[in-house]
Amino acid sequence: MLFYILKRFLYAIPIALGVTLVSFMLVYLAPGDPLNAIAPADAPADVIEALKSAYGLDRPVPVQYGVWLWRAVQGDLGTSIASGRAVNTEVMSAVSNTLLLAGIAGLVGVLAGCALGALAGYKNGGWIDRIATLISVVGVSIPHYWLGLVLTIIFSIWLDWFPAMGAGPGGSSEWRWDIEHMRHLVLPALTLSVIPMGIITRTVRALVADMLQQEFVTSLRARGLGGSRVFRHIAKNTAPTVLAVAGLQIGYLMGGSILVETVFAWPGTGFLLNTAIFQRDIPLLQGTILVLCMFFVALNLIVDILQPLLDPRMGRG
Amino acid sequence: MQPLSKKFARCLIALPFALTLHASLHAETVARYGISMADIPLTTGQPDRGAGAYQFTGHTLYDPLVAWEANIGNRPGKLIPGLATAWNVDPKDNKKWRFSLRKGVKFHDGSDLTADAVVWNLDKVLDDKSPQFDAKQSAQVRPRIPSIASYRKVDDSTVEIVTKDVDALFPYQLPWFLISSPTQWDKLGRDWNKFASQPSGTGPFKLDKLVPRERADLVKNAGYWDKTRMAKTDRIVLVPIPDALTRANALMNGQVDIIETPPPDVLPQLQRSGYKLVKNVTPHVWPYHFSTQPGSPWTDIRVRKAANLAIDRDAIVKLLNGLATPAKGQLDATSPWFGKPGFQIKYDLATAKALMAQAGYSPSKPLKAKIIIAQGGTGQMLSLPMNEFIQQSLAEVGIQLEFEVVELENLYLHWRSGAKADMNAGKGITGINLGYVTADPFYALTRFAYGRYQAPNGVNWGGYANPKVDAAIDKIRVSFDTKVQDGLLASVHQAMVDDALMLWVVHDVNPHALSPKVKEFVQAQHWFQDLTTIRM
Repeated sequence: MLFYILKRFLYAIPIALGVTLVSFMLVYLAPGDPLNAIAPADAPADVIEALKSAYGLDRPVPVQYGVWLWRAVQGDLGTSIASGRAVNTEVMSAVSNTLLLAGIAGLVGVLAGCALGALAGYKNGGWIDRIATLISVVGVSIPHYWLGLVLTIIFSIWLDWFPAMGAGPGGSSEWRWDIEHMRHLVLPALTLSVIPMGIITRTVRALVADMLQQEFVTSLRARGLGGSRVFRHIAKNTAPTVLAVAGLQIGYLMGGSILVETVFAWPGTGFLLNTAIFQRDIPLLQGTILVLCMFFVALNLIVDILQPLLDPRMGRG
Repeated sequence: MQPLSKKFARCLIALPFALTLHASLHAETVARYGISMADIPLTTGQPDRGAGAYQFTGHTLYDPLVAWEANIGNRPGKLIPGLATAWNVDPKDNKKWRFSLRKGVKFHDGSDLTADAVVWNLDKVLDDKSPQFDAKQSAQVRPRIPSIASYRKVDDSTVEIVTKDVDALFPYQLPWFLISSPTQWDKLGRDWNKFASQPSGTGPFKLDKLVPRERADLVKNAGYWDKTRMAKTDRIVLVPIPDALTRANALMNGQVDIIETPPPDVLPQLQRSGYKLVKNVTPHVWPYHFSTQPGSPWTDIRVRKAANLAIDRDAIVKLLNGLATPAKGQLDATSPWFGKPGFQIKYDLATAKALMAQAGYSPSKPLKAKIIIAQGGTGQMLSLPMNEFIQQSLAEVGIQLEFEVVELENLYLHWRSGAKADMNAGKGITGINLGYVTADPFYALTRFAYGRYQAPNGVNWGGYANPKVDAAIDKIRVSFDTKVQDGLLASVHQAMVDDALMLWVVHDVNPHALSPKVKEFVQAQHWFQDLTTIRM
């Protein structure tokens, strides 16, 4: 088992290096000029050249990558061109907000998805199954930008139950576990949760329905085990797959929440990425992409390590 | 005599009422303003994010030497004294300007405005060897004060600025240059990043709180030197909400009291719900800027005129739910520099078709042209639907448009490079669609019409060169009489329209939506809006 964990760690290193290269180069492949973030559109050539030199953008790209990587390894992601603030500070503040949003959305999605999927699997072909299937199809295919707007119109404007935007009263993002802050979380988390909910419902439904047909379930029942004990066996057997899917989904939520965060002006990584892209703020863009990718790599690593703990057969391979 | 306990009980009952009355008398008035930017603009002195940002962290916290009248809405504003009470050009040497500074003006930190402070600020943006030089502020303002060659303190309340050439329009550059406090910069360890969160200017507001990307609280400066421009609201909270629908939702949900640029689609709903829409003539035009270089189909004036006559601008205004006015030239017809162009820009399909026929084209034998456009962004209005409308309109008279759609940042690169550049001419691009700010003579006219301002020296994108226009601009630069200047500027605009230099479509109206709680907001005919006029 220890060897398995070590092997997974070693695999993660080239992946992480590849991630740094891709996240650095991606922004250079996009058209545009990072200096537009700091200079007026009609800035003369000498102003542009002076700024290029001040931000080190006049050096060859491989040199820029080397310098950036060396600093990144030491935990310094540079300074945002647009705001002049440290990218670390910007990204970590956004990451904490997105983690909170993705965590709550993921939790709601996983719990609701598992419950709906299990019910649908047990009642395969019945009306509960049809409703669960409908919910999962809608959850996966509905445009989340649109859903966010619909929820805002209903619950913010018509009913005035929840705020329409922001992460806290008066625009404050210093999160506190109080009613005012929780009210800001409800609509974006609900909007975001339909994605994992739909996918997990579908996965769990298929797994449960399949397992109910398997011989070990028949033999468990033949041995006189009650419904709850049989369910425990089914749950244990579906857990590794559900965990892998849930892990991926939470990873997607971290970076895939751009539209939802934009609709709700939620100060997370999606919102930050959106801003950085439009401002061509290269250091901020690279830093945010890198942190998100690293989060994804770490999440996969955790899932890879947890899976054999739940199903020891996987560790042996 | 009443027993003591009874008196005490009465006092107890009266206390909450007294407290409420006291609170209502001293309640702070707060206006929460949903702005369309993704972040609070720079607070160190020179705001980034374009002309619109000056209303938020520019002319609120700071003052320029020469200001722009931005607290009236029923006529175009004009230059007015700011921190300088007067400015004069030396009659013997027309490159030398003297500015008399206002006495008794204090920065927010309590230090005095002096000639040394003004010179220190000029060094801040123009002298890269000075300790206070800030590359970021410099990048914002240097392109806007291009005429300054040198400067010096004459005495404690006089500063002399020398321009590179004789430039009678120089005062129009100065509302862009704002004065920060040297004392505060010293106090904060000579660190502009620290200064950004504790700025000090001489403006009508002070910065109370700054949460990057989330909010900036501006509080009334009770000691402001200009008593006619004292803030009518105690506190203004700027909340960046870049998405237009989210801004409108935040207004309707009561999270903010004012928003800029509400999306056209929600206007009827906003107005039905009692929200007030304010808009005004705004120095901004949405045009196609033609290339007049050899090989461009727009070198033929008949084609340029036909394109201008083929657009039903009222229909475009309708498409925008009224959030625009039809363009009759580069400037709005109320501008003192509009002049009397012979070519009338209007919707006249028959004349447009006739002009195209004279040029040898028709819908069955169309002229083909490629225009580079942005998919959206600041100043681009509803870029894609408006461009599609124009594409259909021009097809009717025999002009077949092909679009190259890019992001706004990329479009700026194509713009700065000029029509001749390989990235434009090499790709067959012969027109660019970019919203232009037309706030002053340079921004509105001379930068597009002067022959010497072709890339890389300027943004005369298409390479327009008209000796008469060049001569008029040369005269403007040495004419210090405002009336003469205005007359010459009008002649330049006339020539631009008569030559159909661009396809002018609409002017922006810079709309704002206000909650019923907002009692007053004067919208100036400018990008410089005066937030002191907001009353709750």
